[in-house]
Amino acid sequence: MEIYKITADEIDVNAVINSVIHPEAGAINTFIGTVREFTKGKQTVSLQYEAYPSMAEKQLKRIGHEISEKWPGVQSSIVHRIGKLAISDIAVVIAVASPHRAESYEASRYAIERIKQIVPIWKKEYWVNGQEWIGDQLEKTAYPNGKPEEDSK
Amino acid sequence: MITVLFFAGQQELIGEDKLKRNESQMKISDLKTKLMEEYPKLSLQNTMTAINEEYAEDDRIVEDNDIVAFIPPVSGG
Repeated sequence: MEIYKITADEIDVNAVINSVIHPEAGAINTFIGTVREFTKGKQTVSLQYEAYPSMAEKQLKRIGHEISEKWPGVQSSIVHRIGKLAISDIAVVIAVASPHRAESYEASRYAIERIKQIVPIWKKEYWVNGQEWIGDQLEKTAYPNGKPEEDSK
Repeated sequence: MITVLFFAGQQELIGEDKLKRNESQMKISDLKTKLMEEYPKLSLQNTMTAINEEYAEDDRIVEDNDIVAFIPPVSGG
């Protein structure tokens, strides 16, 4: 049973993996996103993730649907944690099960890139000497129509 | 009556996570303009909008009882 969930609790990686296991699968690819200490020389002390949970779960489900359309027979689960996280804590787990290995890598990559485009989750970084919401890079991200692109490709 | 939701930095700037407003039958783009006039520090230019948890284009009309969420550039993952 595929899982698309936002949680304030620690993510059980094995439960996410087990949720995509199916008899036609010959490969399971697991992506684990963790909190990084240094970004471009800046030292992160902790992170805070916030989400619009009900909509975020719908968007995660949408990514799962896009994956099953692009790669038939591929099953996926995505769980993203919110709240305050420390260095090396697990922020996101993506598990993809596919008949052959190539699609499992492609679909896993697709899922993480799509999360960064359409899922309403925001990260606030706390550095040694300050804090900032990431993503509000006004010159870099523009939405001329007020909504994201339909698809990443 | 509509409900307007704010997140992340915009929520901190407004000091509220939600507003109840009387506007309806108004384009999202007009609602954005109105809110930016009321909160001069608020920028909604590069902000996506969701109506009832689905992304919507700026020319979509906001109906009574809609939940309008402003989605600044996301940074999950």
